[in-house]
Amino acid sequence: MRLLLASAALLAAGVGAVAAQDAVRTGPAAPELAEGKAVYAHWCAPCHAAEPSLPGTMSLAAKYDGSDIPAALEDRTDLSAPVIGVFVRNGVAWMPPFRPTEISDAELAQLSAYLTAPLEDRGAHTPLLADEMVQLHGGSSE
Amino acid sequence: MSLLPPDMDEAGFAAFLEELRGTVGADWVWSGEADMFPYRDSFSPVWNTGEERHASAAVAPENVEQVSEVVRIARRHRVPLFPISTGKNFGYGGPSPNVNGSVVLDLKRMNRVIEVNEERAYCLVEPGVSYFDLYREIQERGLKLMLDCPDPGWGSPVGNSLERGVGYTMPHFRDHFGAHCGMEVVLPDGEVMRTGMGALPGSDTWQEYPYGFGPDPAGLFAQGNFGVVTKMGFRLLPLPEYYRSALITVPRRRDFVKLVNHVNYLSDSGLIGEVEYGSPLSALMGNADFMALATRTGGPSDAEMDAAASDAGLHNWQVELQFFGPEKATLENWHYAKDRILSDIPGAASFEGDHFPMPATEEQLNNTTQPWQTSIKRRRSLGVPSLGAWKIVRDDGHVGFFPVLPRTGEAVFEVQRVLGDAMKEFPTLPPFFNALTTPLFWHTHTFQMVFAPSIKHDDPAHNAITHAAMKKCVAVAAEHGWGDYRAAPIYQDDVAGTYSFNNHILRRFHEQLKDAIDPDGIIAPGRGGIWPRRFRA
Repeated sequence: MRLLLASAALLAAGVGAVAAQDAVRTGPAAPELAEGKAVYAHWCAPCHAAEPSLPGTMSLAAKYDGSDIPAALEDRTDLSAPVIGVFVRNGVAWMPPFRPTEISDAELAQLSAYLTAPLEDRGAHTPLLADEMVQLHGGSSE
Repeated sequence: MSLLPPDMDEAGFAAFLEELRGTVGADWVWSGEADMFPYRDSFSPVWNTGEERHASAAVAPENVEQVSEVVRIARRHRVPLFPISTGKNFGYGGPSPNVNGSVVLDLKRMNRVIEVNEERAYCLVEPGVSYFDLYREIQERGLKLMLDCPDPGWGSPVGNSLERGVGYTMPHFRDHFGAHCGMEVVLPDGEVMRTGMGALPGSDTWQEYPYGFGPDPAGLFAQGNFGVVTKMGFRLLPLPEYYRSALITVPRRRDFVKLVNHVNYLSDSGLIGEVEYGSPLSALMGNADFMALATRTGGPSDAEMDAAASDAGLHNWQVELQFFGPEKATLENWHYAKDRILSDIPGAASFEGDHFPMPATEEQLNNTTQPWQTSIKRRRSLGVPSLGAWKIVRDDGHVGFFPVLPRTGEAVFEVQRVLGDAMKEFPTLPPFFNALTTPLFWHTHTFQMVFAPSIKHDDPAHNAITHAAMKKCVAVAAEHGWGDYRAAPIYQDDVAGTYSFNNHILRRFHEQLKDAIDPDGIIAPGRGGIWPRRFRA
């Protein structure tokens, strides 16, 4: 319970720091963010990628309906490393906690670096694994 | 004071943890409330109550040698271990153990895809490999193979099959334990055993012939507690050349009996993949009068449902069919299915759906062009792991009760009525069982139906209702011969107790085996309702 209260306080502190969403999002992430983006792709994107029908993205769209906070985590500019750490290690609603055997503390730091970097450094939005594989084999990307 | 393993004091626990650290390294042992939070079952209906099961510590070995040594250490200290693969068994207990104070044996670090053989269509993987991982391996190597995966792709082929999880492609691959072929197991004394042809040194058929010679103990390790599975082989589907979907609707309520028989024939003959049964009348459930009819105690009559359907210009039932294979074969199989059903059920209608060469494009995976409102989740139907279907989760999670019932229309009607009436005791829960509830054709040869009430972390009263409803469902279903196929630790004794033929001889047999090889309950005591002597006393 203490951790959940802490998460609410941290989140509240982060709200309001939303930046413009018109940054260029193409190409790879900045080299120092590549590992964090890979952690995001593996563990977060399946639920939170910039695809409105995904469960996590859909939930956050409902949660932040009427605000200027984007539904896709990769578009957020209001997150901080402590906030990300709380949600990863404690979960929220039906998002379960993630164990250090899944996302190590080092990987959590890399993930946090990626999700708190300037939007223009993050590169293109992360595709879903299946879409990435379709594209790998020359399939449609639309 | 932190939670301790059974019969252990603080000093003994500290010494035990120190031995674990000496084996796997200090970075891979955890204890204490904060570090153990991710090992709680976040879908638990007994969340924050005295019934919730908590582990005291977790240890994460990286190879079978370390697993063996951890088991030996636990045996010396008489500490129960609770093995998990990827720990994502949500709805059935997540990573939490049966016994308070158990130490979770977290196998996530053992994440090697050891072999994928395209020509012979099999794989061999470790427990920490997820469906996402295996899919990526197959795709990146450009192998013409297809997985059969459960809804959430973060699960483990090893863990899911040991839970007897199911999938959504062709019949014999949907039964994930049935599709396994060969396993490696660390026994409760730390010895490493291989089943089937894995027991024959030099064999090259471990993933092709599951039995070897003599009794095959592999079944003991599914929903059981006789060892720690460290490798497992699986049969895979050659990637089908073509995919085709279609819809058949039948007008009258009683037509469902014939429809099921035809679909059974098509499935048993290997002509179709997983099907999605449904009712076009679901569109009427927003109408209070119709909802009252469909959920009425004792159930509606066939005539009443037929009249409601006729008034609305709808058919009572539908089934979505899926075909895999060479393009011409899928077309011929569809024509055969259509002719067979339409010639036998007056008024039945057929509709052709999406069809395309495999592998699917992104648009095809997104399933937006089907000419009817489809229940098919295209990604899972094509063995593509995702978390998209996790949208079904409500509130903070759910628990699952999936009774096994005969593959007949009559049985479906009986379950609708019996469990629908029984669950009226819990009016705040959705009417999972009503006159439109259709069966799930997940397992190869049987039907199941779904009861999955939600849980809320901050609403113990709601959770208590869910908990009571689950127990009642298990009991009432068993009175009619319908048994649950899989359960969370908090329900495993209830479910195991319903499989009671001849004064519970099955359970007593399991107990004899457990007492013989693991009397102190080092491996998951209580799992599957099997308790060793130490914990029965």
